[in-house]
Amino acid sequence: MYRLAGRLAPWFGGLCLLSLALGLYLGLVVAPADYEQGDSYRIIYIHVPAAWMSMFVYVVMATSSAIFLIWRLKIADVVAEASAPIGAAFTAVALLTGSFWGKPMWGTWWIWDARLTSELLLLFLYLGYMALRGALDTPQGSARAAAILAVVGVVNIPIIHFSVEWWNTLHQPATISKLDKPSMHISMLRPLLLMVLAFQMLYFHNLMVRLRTLILTRESRASWVAELNPETGN
Amino acid sequence: MRVFKRDMKLAVRSAGQWLNPLLFFVIVVTLFPLGIGPGPAMLATIAPGVLWVSALLAMMLSLDALFANDFRDGTLEQMVLSGHPLTVMVLGKVMAHWVISGLPLVLLSPLLGLLMQLPEEAYLTLLASLFLGTLSLSFIGAIGAALIVSLNQGGVLLSLLVLPLTVPVLIFGSGAVAAAGMGLETSAHLSMLMAIVFLSVSLSPLAIAGALRVGVAAGR
Amino acid sequence: MRPAMTDSSVLLSATGMSIWRGEHLLVDEVDVCVSAGSIVQIQGSNGSGKTTLLRALIGLAEFDEGEIFWRGESVRRVRDDLHANLIYLGHKAGITAGLTPLENLLSLCPELSADKGESSSRDRIRQVLEELGIADRIDLPSAALSAGQQRRVSLARLRLQSATLWVLDEPLTSLDVNGYDWVKAEIQRHVGEGGAVMFTTHQALVFDPHPVQSIQLTGDL
Repeated sequence: MYRLAGRLAPWFGGLCLLSLALGLYLGLVVAPADYEQGDSYRIIYIHVPAAWMSMFVYVVMATSSAIFLIWRLKIADVVAEASAPIGAAFTAVALLTGSFWGKPMWGTWWIWDARLTSELLLLFLYLGYMALRGALDTPQGSARAAAILAVVGVVNIPIIHFSVEWWNTLHQPATISKLDKPSMHISMLRPLLLMVLAFQMLYFHNLMVRLRTLILTRESRASWVAELNPETGN
Repeated sequence: MRVFKRDMKLAVRSAGQWLNPLLFFVIVVTLFPLGIGPGPAMLATIAPGVLWVSALLAMMLSLDALFANDFRDGTLEQMVLSGHPLTVMVLGKVMAHWVISGLPLVLLSPLLGLLMQLPEEAYLTLLASLFLGTLSLSFIGAIGAALIVSLNQGGVLLSLLVLPLTVPVLIFGSGAVAAAGMGLETSAHLSMLMAIVFLSVSLSPLAIAGALRVGVAAGR
Repeated sequence: MRPAMTDSSVLLSATGMSIWRGEHLLVDEVDVCVSAGSIVQIQGSNGSGKTTLLRALIGLAEFDEGEIFWRGESVRRVRDDLHANLIYLGHKAGITAGLTPLENLLSLCPELSADKGESSSRDRIRQVLEELGIADRIDLPSAALSAGQQRRVSLARLRLQSATLWVLDEPLTSLDVNGYDWVKAEIQRHVGEGGAVMFTTHQALVFDPHPVQSIQLTGDL
């Protein structure tokens, strides 16, 4: 697993750079300015992929936590542990860019819009998960406790999201869900999808790198780690 | 049922267990008029939110001790070892917690509604929403309390873990009271609360029991 | 790997138990076998992992490697059966300060009141506490009891509950000479009746005529 992660990491990294470059070019240079929002709409090329990934990573985390709880597969727990900070970072980016977008759009840095609020709560869930992991000292104990929390969290996310929607029905309809009948022009949509791909690859790349570190830390007493070449790490 | 009776007996003997959250509830609600100003119209507008947030915080306060005492004196490990299903015992414990800490809040809330100039039409809904809401708060919060049971200082962490999960309860609960105050239909809010109660009562004992096993294994 | 289970008297057995504490190998490939009518003592200095091993064997602590069997079946499948036939007395007495010894014992031994009803189980508990010399404390809050008296309350379970396997972690802590003799006699009676005892202690104990198998732990923290 350690070697596999090492081999995959540069591929994901390369794909990420490629789609990132292409997406940014198409999004920032080729795509036309929005006639209502001007150039400031272009921040969605960061905001939407980050928001999408913040949820995707949580689902990955909860799924691997469930796998860990049911089959006691240690690697699944490593995936969950490695994912949490990455997911939290995506969530924070989504919140920040959302607020930068909000300033010219709504004239204020923060608005209690349903999706922003959900995103904020998601950030709290990530932080809680990481805090719980940090607080428990035995490795097996913290792994299973954190896994239970992640699964409880993922059961709650739809309910939280639904309740927040209910609470604030005054918000724009989700942009990306209308894929089959795009409300955006194709020249704007294409870079957006590319950016989503780039963020996805960024996640996988980061995940692989963090997996390697975590596996090494956890297995530091295993003989194969001692046999690794300190120069190349292989 | 045995666990339920045991916890009730303990609560009767130590008044602080049910009295402290209740006093906390009263004091927090009292702080709002002092901080915002006594204007009746203003108070009436914020009353549903204030009452609900205060009740939520009072519940959090009471959760800390839910499993911690049993963990410390070894009762919890004996429960795990008893050979009886842990989920059933957990159900008894959490129900006892609700009767001790949640129900008094519900019963006292009309009095505080009076202080907050809550419109007359809203009282019944206040009672109903808090009744359902505190019940699910007990169950949701117990998950957090179980997760941190082996830690000595878990109070702030508990809030960090549990509060985001309680958002739906807060939204539907205070929403119901606010709607009732404006003379609107509240059955939708209340049935959502009811659904959350069913969900949390049926699913959370599994998570709580799992978390308690982990906690007992982590303690020496 | 499943050990040969031709001997049906084997109750609890474990093979290759290893437990790490961080960077430290606390318990290294220890095998345990507890049969009916036998006494197993786990020995080792302070911090050598005696408690951790005991707790791991009955499912109260995590372990890194090894396999545990209860009556020849993997303990993962028969955990509840193991627990139903087990009395574990640990460092924590399991005595709630706000309840009286009577109430504590009633809630620790649910089968007692279920079988006999409240008043006759009260008599039974009083009788055992009398032997232990604390019958006069039966209705006092347990918080008012000394450490040794609380220990005696939890030891009363050995007489009140019927369980095949006793797992006793330092049962003699804070006991005086009378208590010491009582525990020794109880262990002898239990083993004589076909039960099994696994315990840790720093005192040297001899149970004539029953031999004590000992497991020596060398790891230290």
